[in-house]
Amino acid sequence: MKTLEPILREHPFFEGLEPSYLALIVGCASNVVFKAGDVLFRDGEEANLFYLIRHGRLALELTSERGPFTMLTIGDGEILGWSWIIPPYHWHFSARAVEDTRAITLDGNCLRAKCEEDHHLGYELLKRFARILEDRLRATQLQLLDVYCPYPGEKR
Amino acid sequence: MSPGPCESPMRPQPYVVRGVRRETHDVFTLELEPAGDAAPLAFGPGQFTMLYAFGMGEVPISISGDPAGNTMLVHTIRAVGTVTRALERCRKGDVLGVRGPFGTCWPVDEAAGKDVVLAAGGIGLAPLRSVMYRLLARRERYGRIALLYGTRTPEDIVYRDELEEWRGRLDLNVQVTVDRAGSDWRGNVGAVTTLLPRAEFDPANTVAMFCGPEVMMRFTMLALMKRGLQAEQMYLSMERNMKCGIGLCGHCQLGPFFICKDGPVFPYDRVKWLFGREEI
Repeated sequence: MKTLEPILREHPFFEGLEPSYLALIVGCASNVVFKAGDVLFRDGEEANLFYLIRHGRLALELTSERGPFTMLTIGDGEILGWSWIIPPYHWHFSARAVEDTRAITLDGNCLRAKCEEDHHLGYELLKRFARILEDRLRATQLQLLDVYCPYPGEKR
Repeated sequence: MSPGPCESPMRPQPYVVRGVRRETHDVFTLELEPAGDAAPLAFGPGQFTMLYAFGMGEVPISISGDPAGNTMLVHTIRAVGTVTRALERCRKGDVLGVRGPFGTCWPVDEAAGKDVVLAAGGIGLAPLRSVMYRLLARRERYGRIALLYGTRTPEDIVYRDELEEWRGRLDLNVQVTVDRAGSDWRGNVGAVTTLLPRAEFDPANTVAMFCGPEVMMRFTMLALMKRGLQAEQMYLSMERNMKCGIGLCGHCQLGPFFICKDGPVFPYDRVKWLFGREEI
């Protein structure tokens, strides 16, 4: 049976990671499949996983009194979730499959334990998540600027 | 070499409106044909004309049609001011004044043999549509082609049918995203930069072209530089208050450049020192 190791090794997120660390991480990984409309997790729930999207599309949603609002969609090759590494380990949004989606989940409890044992591994993972955080922060800034609005201040 | 305006560049030539198409609630496309026996306008992708609504005024508008196309001169316009709203009221058979074409072109020929990334924001897709026509006319000359388009909402997407057609092609990577959408939207949500991870290209052999709000272009360039592109591989279209179109009046001056004459298309390494500076 084909293991998840080659898939993780080829993923840009793990590029350059020492093989021994990758072997540790594979031990925390498993395949998952979601059907369109499935909810992966909800805002406020405990966050003990992160996801490598292999194929499909997920919507990240916030819910207000006006209903759910999609703030971002992510797809093939992208990473979902860093709350597993930041106390108190709770999701701050909900995730729903927009299309049938295949992903690999990584168990945050398992990874946190390994990172506590080996801080070099922890630092390697944090560097990678920091890059994703920066990309998402920049993208969110651009979204908030509402740059395509021809009439500043207009709400519609 | 960019095609230049014929005869007197300050004298508008009469063009007849042959088609009006509604793109979104505030964006429309005009198809214009030279009046009488006048020859069709030769232009390059990226150039613009000055459109004159008689009695109202002139506005600079990018040409969004096929540079190798027929007799029609195509402009996609957002109705935001007095003149563009007057243009919005045009109907078939109406006559407008046209001066141009003015300005520099996208480096479509220089991109031959390379991957091409086009990133458009909002109505910035209009001038890049001319690039797409030129690329597709000689598809075999180019490597991978990615068109990344971001706009405000699903209702603000222009050229819907064409985008859908391009998305269906196996030799193109066309991605569309919106900043905000209702729950019935099945497409992407997020800034145009979130599409970049989904575009495959060789950073050492890629030409990137951007058109949209400056802050969107700046964020996109930063993201592409993280992917390994250099400033000299990136081109952008700048917008200022163009009036004369030939670098005389100075209305569109930005630092040492007249956008109407030295631009609107610039290599990024030529203007990067001006980018994002508020005092200019």
